[in-house]
Amino acid sequence: MMFRLEKRPSPSRFWAAVTPVLAVLATMIAGGVMFWLLGKDPFETIRIIFWDPLFHETFGPYSRPQLLVKAGPLILIAIGLSLGFRAGIWNIGAEGQYIMGAIIGAGLGLAVYPTESRLIFPLMVVAGGFGGWAWAMIPALLRVRFGTNEILVSLMLVYVAEAFLASVSQGLLRNPDGMGFPGSRNFKDYPAAHNGEILAGTGMHWGVAAALVAVIFAHVLLSRHMLGFQVRLSGGAPRAARFAGVRPARLVLFCLGTSGALAGMAGLFEVSGPAGQISIDFNSGYGFTAIIVAFLGRLNPLGILLAGLLMALTYIGGELASLMLGIPAAAIQLFQGMLLFFLLAMDIFTNFRIRLKKPEAA
Amino acid sequence: MSETRATEPALLGLEGLTKAYPGVLANDDVSFAIRPGEIHALLGENGAGKSTLVKMIYGLVRPDRGRMTMRGAPFAPVSPAAARAEGVAMVFQHFSLFEALNVAENIALGMDQPPPPRELASRIREVSTAYGLPLDPDRRVGDLSAGERQRVEIIRCLLQDPKLLIMDEPTSVLTPQEVEILFRTLRKLAGEGTAILYISHKLEEIRALCEHATILRLGRVVDTCDPREKSARELAEMMVGEELHVPVREAGAPGEVALELCGLSMPPASEFGTPLRDISLTLRKGEVLGIGGVAGNGQDELLAALSGESLAPAGTIRLARRDISRLQPNQRRALGLLAAPEERLGHAAAPDMSLTENALLTGAVRERLTRRGFIDWAGARAFASRIIEAFDVRTPGPEVAARALSGGNLQKFVIGREVLQAPDVLVVNQPTWGVDASAAAAIRQALLDLAGRGAAVVAISQDLDELMEISDRFTALNEGRLAEPRPARGLNVEEIGLMMGGAHDLEASA
Repeated sequence: MMFRLEKRPSPSRFWAAVTPVLAVLATMIAGGVMFWLLGKDPFETIRIIFWDPLFHETFGPYSRPQLLVKAGPLILIAIGLSLGFRAGIWNIGAEGQYIMGAIIGAGLGLAVYPTESRLIFPLMVVAGGFGGWAWAMIPALLRVRFGTNEILVSLMLVYVAEAFLASVSQGLLRNPDGMGFPGSRNFKDYPAAHNGEILAGTGMHWGVAAALVAVIFAHVLLSRHMLGFQVRLSGGAPRAARFAGVRPARLVLFCLGTSGALAGMAGLFEVSGPAGQISIDFNSGYGFTAIIVAFLGRLNPLGILLAGLLMALTYIGGELASLMLGIPAAAIQLFQGMLLFFLLAMDIFTNFRIRLKKPEAA
Repeated sequence: MSETRATEPALLGLEGLTKAYPGVLANDDVSFAIRPGEIHALLGENGAGKSTLVKMIYGLVRPDRGRMTMRGAPFAPVSPAAARAEGVAMVFQHFSLFEALNVAENIALGMDQPPPPRELASRIREVSTAYGLPLDPDRRVGDLSAGERQRVEIIRCLLQDPKLLIMDEPTSVLTPQEVEILFRTLRKLAGEGTAILYISHKLEEIRALCEHATILRLGRVVDTCDPREKSARELAEMMVGEELHVPVREAGAPGEVALELCGLSMPPASEFGTPLRDISLTLRKGEVLGIGGVAGNGQDELLAALSGESLAPAGTIRLARRDISRLQPNQRRALGLLAAPEERLGHAAAPDMSLTENALLTGAVRERLTRRGFIDWAGARAFASRIIEAFDVRTPGPEVAARALSGGNLQKFVIGREVLQAPDVLVVNQPTWGVDASAAAAIRQALLDLAGRGAAVVAISQDLDELMEISDRFTALNEGRLAEPRPARGLNVEEIGLMMGGAHDLEASA
């Protein structure tokens, strides 16, 4: 017997909804086998990753707020990226925009230290968004003007941003009272600029709130607004988009600009809240992980919300597992990779039907 | 002559051939025979099963049931090479040639055992002159016209000394003069005893060329006839299985100027595109202008310049005396200039989007389907439903993805979408390409009705019969130049051919 793929006339809604669940189950099975081969109890490991962060008696109270803290920036960045990905505009450099947003936003806050005003934090958010937007405008303008590839340019600018971050955390933004250590002042000690928890003990900070607002905005934009329609049209059928009156250059500027601004804001929320200060390594790779979150969520705002939470869970659970069972960090990354792999592989059920075929006699 | 042939044994016999694909019976109990020296037409609408049948004969597909015989012996080719070994050759609708190689090299690549290059070149010269298809074996295929490329394919087949030559839609890329040359060659081949299976939907050609026709409908043989004894309309009705509606025109006096092109020149949009050269044109309300020409002579570029997808130099395009050269597609739509491109999937419509979304694609402006940028989905759905109903689009409903529709149904949707927006000027490229006969008739009627209501219509097409049927004036594109339009009535095939071939000043040469 042979398998044969047959293209469905239109994508199956049923399978589009079911495949993420199947992908998680397949990841648990394949991951379980991997953990078993590593000499760990697979059931215990899976339980620690998916269950204990939320419901364990001792770890739960610590882990639960972390879920939102980690998911917030992932969702915020992924929402912005998903708009571009939908339109066929590939911003791979959200990490760089995230860093630049953090530097510009935090820089504003540090510049007015120690002024106390209710305006400071909102202005920092705006400055953070501007920083990310401006950094994303570099690949956007280069693509529009000279036809460069935004994937390469945005990616390479990540490394420029990282170098810039290293420079300012040891120079321009270094804490003058920090006795020469690298890193800026800690925003926890500067209430007007601090992104604290909105509800104590939940992990809910302004960045998480912004992520939720972004999810709603993106959902409305994509499903109800002409601009969202143009985004979807450009990704699916660029020629038809041009025929429908979409101006490709404007769309590139909009998509890269929006994703840059959201990534920049995410950077500001992170640096003024959970991270607390500009330091060489405050960034922790959210800008790259958000790419996975965007695809895991099917480039769909509501899907991204769930994917961000799931991804945050595997991070926290993974840390817990390596703490408790000594599972190497690489194995946890592999586990996360499996999740993306299975999800993309199962996509085939959405667009194809599988048929059994008897081999033909030669 | 045909009486003596009738007693001759069949060259190829088909008995009860059946082939099913998931969800569709492509061929159902198909039986007929082809005798040596016969030019046999295989007639049917798109999806009638012509391609599947031919693929079985050529060894590309194996039948589920039934058998074939070749000169009385069982014939079951497992591959095209096996079919060729039995004397079956095929010229495909789409050429399989390498542009960077020369004619001889291309022919050698398609042969199972090519002779040495020098010998091959001399045989190509020999065969091509013998059959009236002159061809230089040393020329690069990239420099050849479509007609000459087809010759390469035909010569490649003839070198194999075929007993049965299958030709799939061979004239779709040819000018009338080239068609005449091809027909002479085919008649000569038939006279020498080669059987020809000729697939086409151009009924006049079949009447002129073939002596026997097998008509397929929904995978079954529904009729056989001698096409020389039938009218084109009778053939079409056999094919469709119902009485065919012939477009009628209620001629009105041409009104005031609707669209004007003044010296429109544009560089090609891509490396392989065609530049538009100094195109001037005046189109009046209520008029249908037919633009003929072989594919790739600037048709796509002209449509893009009119739709606003590429912007023309200022002052070159006027809509009702207003310069629209620099306006974007939606601004032109708002002013009443609509367009329907040739490529249905990916250009005129987004394949993965629903019909509702595709209705919105061009209808947003004129049908007022947005309010301050927010989409009126109920309105878009209603508009899509109106198109589906008015143009008899066969689909379960407006939520179905565009790619799920058959070519003909999607084309009706695309044309209907523009017609229902009541344009002042409508530009269509290949309005009935790949569309079955009854749908094509409906589309032509819709274009004529639109003109009857006072709109100006520009119909770009490679189907000359269609253009003659609907146009008031006819012109042709050749290498980006537009011939001087002439009244379509009374134009003969020779004049049309000259216009398509780039002779711009007919009066002077006549």
